[in-house]
Amino acid sequence: MPKITEAETMIKPQPLIKLHEIKVSVNNELLLDNISLSVNQGEIVTLLGPNGAGKSTLIRTSLGLIQPQHGHVWKRANLSIGYVPQTVHIEQTLPMSVKRFLDLGGRFGGRFGRRFGRNNDLQPKNTPENMLAETLEKVGCQKILHSPMNKISGGELRRVLLARALLKKPELLILDEPTSGVDVSGQSAIYSLVTEIRDEFQCGILLVSHNLHIVMASTDRVICLNKHICCSGTPQDILQAPEFVTLFGEEANNGLHSTSGVGIYRHHHDHVHDIHGDIHGDIHGDIHKH
Amino acid sequence: MQEFILRALLGGLGVAMVCGPLGCLVVWQRMAFFGAALSHAALLGIAIGLFFSINFYLSVLLVCVGMSALLMMMEKNRNVPSDTALGVLAHASLALGIVMISLMPSVRIDLMGYLFGDILSISWGDLAWIAGMIMVTIVFLITYWNTIILLIVDRELALAEGVGEQKLRLCFLGLLSLVVAVSMQIVGILLIVSLLVIPAATARRFSASPESMAIMAAIIGVLSVVLGLVSSFILDTPTGPSIVSVSAFLYAFSHLIPHKN
Repeated sequence: MPKITEAETMIKPQPLIKLHEIKVSVNNELLLDNISLSVNQGEIVTLLGPNGAGKSTLIRTSLGLIQPQHGHVWKRANLSIGYVPQTVHIEQTLPMSVKRFLDLGGRFGGRFGRRFGRNNDLQPKNTPENMLAETLEKVGCQKILHSPMNKISGGELRRVLLARALLKKPELLILDEPTSGVDVSGQSAIYSLVTEIRDEFQCGILLVSHNLHIVMASTDRVICLNKHICCSGTPQDILQAPEFVTLFGEEANNGLHSTSGVGIYRHHHDHVHDIHGDIHGDIHGDIHKH
Repeated sequence: MQEFILRALLGGLGVAMVCGPLGCLVVWQRMAFFGAALSHAALLGIAIGLFFSINFYLSVLLVCVGMSALLMMMEKNRNVPSDTALGVLAHASLALGIVMISLMPSVRIDLMGYLFGDILSISWGDLAWIAGMIMVTIVFLITYWNTIILLIVDRELALAEGVGEQKLRLCFLGLLSLVVAVSMQIVGILLIVSLLVIPAATARRFSASPESMAIMAAIIGVLSVVLGLVSSFILDTPTGPSIVSVSAFLYAFSHLIPHKN
């Protein structure tokens, strides 16, 4: 259970975004059915669900990239959202350093932009150069500031994407599968980074995972999604919920093998009936206390 | 220097400078074939211009913009692969243009001039169009350069950050249509795309940022125009193909130079 600071317990939760009875269907196929959820300031909410459960659709709806057929998305006025996509693919013919990538978004970027650029609505200001380096340091990647985007590893790419979102000083951070393509030890590092970011920026975080055990330690609320919301609550509650067990199978709750003593849980859900691949660490003692 | 040479040089340099950054955008978006299709449609524009006796620039621009809109619509229709759609439209419009021209018996035009360019017959009026194109391009680049690169890097990310994709695409295609209409005179319908793509491809090896690639492409384009003009005088060869041959030679030559990126 993540620490809740005193300030947080004192104030009433302030919702940043609220989804109300959202229904989305594409080509007559219902992808999201009656989804209502909210993310509060300083809260980490994890969307969990098998592939095809509509997690990415829900993210895209929250971002306003998909218009729901029914229901509505409410956002706090002038909410600044930092979005971290699963991955980006930089065209081979497009020369782009990490630094330049971080600077994309304002009307101008790069050296030229800092000197002559006007501000626009996409990014309030062209980012001062030292801030790019600072933010990259915050996510633990300061060494690659000048590397070409095509040359960095999958884990570094995730961190660069995160840094880029942080540069917008987000009040709400939306992360789509922040650990896809990252090895096991990198995964836990990224989740502890997410917690650190929440603590430092006091922003709300909505993240997608199909991997319950690795997010356990760093989430306040879990929402189990399978086109509709199956169950939601604290990670501990979720593990007890019969809906969760039905969705992910008994295996989600037992048979955990400790393979890496670093507190990593790993569990792939490709389908309700296809559960495999679990590498689990030692937090599972905590889970069973409840 | 004779005036017609000065005009040719000015026109060539203007077009080459515009084609540098725009060519980069074409290459990054893998739109080389799209550009080719657009320029093929220019001949249909000329035929229509002759038929209704309107300014060629306007008729070509109109046809190219219509073609872009049609291609964008066909792109959305997933039943037709986009390269097939491009192939159909490009060659259909080229063929239709030639058929239409030959059906107008009173009209005698130099088809070769339109297909391969006639830079030496550039008038001051043509240069005014080129100047206008440069202006429009500068405004476009100042307004959208960073956003269009973000869109190229990742569409979802750009949309999530509030980039208006449709508007941006329409502006870009409109600008590309303008470049086709105006550059026709320099290198001709069949070679316009090479002026966009070859300098950009050459510049890639020596650039570490999108901006340096755009500037480098413009410089390489300018170099090609100057050397192409000179060589066409010396060897008495058609100017448009000479310019493109020089840029192709520079592209090949660039591979001999070791590069960092």
